[in-house]
Amino acid sequence: MATGEVKVLGSWSSPYVMRARIALHIKSVNYKFIEEKLSEGKSELLLKSNPVYKKIPVLIHGDKPVNESLIIIQYIDDTWPSAPSILPSDPYERAVARFWAAYLDEKWFPSVTSVGIADEEEAKKAGISQMEEGLALMEEAFGKCSKGKGFFGGDEIGFLDIAFGSFLGWLRVTEKINGIGLIDEAKTPALVSWAERFCSHAAVKDVMPDFDKLTEFGKMLFPKIRALAGTR
Amino acid sequence: MERGVVLLDFWPSMFGMRTRIALAEKEIKYEYREEDLRNKSDLLLQMNPVHKKIPVLIHNGKPVCESLNQVQYIDEVWNDRAPLLPANTYKRANARFWADFVDKKIYDLGSKIWRTKGEEQEAAKKEFIDCLKLLEGELGDNHYFGGKDFGYVDVALVPFYCWFYAYEQCGNFSIEAECPKLIAWAKRCMQKESVAKSLADQEKIYEFVLHLKKVFGIE
Repeated sequence: MATGEVKVLGSWSSPYVMRARIALHIKSVNYKFIEEKLSEGKSELLLKSNPVYKKIPVLIHGDKPVNESLIIIQYIDDTWPSAPSILPSDPYERAVARFWAAYLDEKWFPSVTSVGIADEEEAKKAGISQMEEGLALMEEAFGKCSKGKGFFGGDEIGFLDIAFGSFLGWLRVTEKINGIGLIDEAKTPALVSWAERFCSHAAVKDVMPDFDKLTEFGKMLFPKIRALAGTR
Repeated sequence: MERGVVLLDFWPSMFGMRTRIALAEKEIKYEYREEDLRNKSDLLLQMNPVHKKIPVLIHNGKPVCESLNQVQYIDEVWNDRAPLLPANTYKRANARFWADFVDKKIYDLGSKIWRTKGEEQEAAKKEFIDCLKLLEGELGDNHYFGGKDFGYVDVALVPFYCWFYAYEQCGNFSIEAECPKLIAWAKRCMQKESVAKSLADQEKIYEFVLHLKKVFGIE
């Protein structure tokens, strides 16, 4: 039953938070966005709603919290089942979408952050190489999943579009800071046009972070993470 | 629909056991193929080119990779019997959360217990028990994590039970002493044929771990 107020605890810069918001926009569900001021420490509400990981995003429906962005997207799709659907309707296609989303989270995005925090050329090169390998895989996956349409989900934005597209901001920042092209016409032409379509989609454009603001934030954040990693 | 179900697996794998349990719960006939992980078959490399790992579920020639994906796929395709995920969407999200928690924590911590010694091992043991206690909290007074019925989180976690003996021997501690409710739950699950037939024998797992320690040069 889709009753009860919906809140999202998050921050403007987090790709995982973006995912939850895009899914709610797709379903035209009204919600209150509560910005966690991460520099001021975690709020009581966050700690209470996600005691296991203490991380954003948290979706709170009525008084019940849902954690982990990919689980949140599926919850939204299950709870507001009217069209458009976010997960594919075919079980095999669902399994494929879940596979790639997990790959992006567990293997690919860590290589993006490794490039950000690397302080040696070797480490940076290794991270970039891993990113490129992953993008080649996603280019191929796009061909198979989209079946000639504009999104991984077909005619409409779906689960894998949201999972992957939410990383585009940080991908672009990585390209800018390192002076490289990762999603480009030569290597990943399908992803180039997909990215444009995704970023200009009505459900996405208001929550895609401003590029300059994200770049400045990255330049400030990466040295801090590097320093923390160094002290372990 | 049950034509052509093949499982590429490796007998001690807790991940493979999850898929075996799900297939057994749904009474699906399938072909089990044991992989030699030092000499992976062409079929495995072709069906899981990204990770090259077991288990791989092949249904009508198409691969499904990653054990929790496989369990969800089996639940969705054979949706006329023995449901594993709850119908209620909030309970479903909760089940996914705890299965994901098992994935994020239990394997790595368990591995650390048998692979390391001294301070590192003690730290792994402590965190491992803390995680099991969180799971005990989630189980509460229920028969299963699924409530009255055996479900998704039960499938995700119970395969680790056959590895507990090896962890205890290597880490010199008793999991039952720290988490009696969880062990009681595991024994309850072992009463189910689908679980008893899918889990490996704990002594054989311990022998396997001792063999791995030799191979990796771990004392």
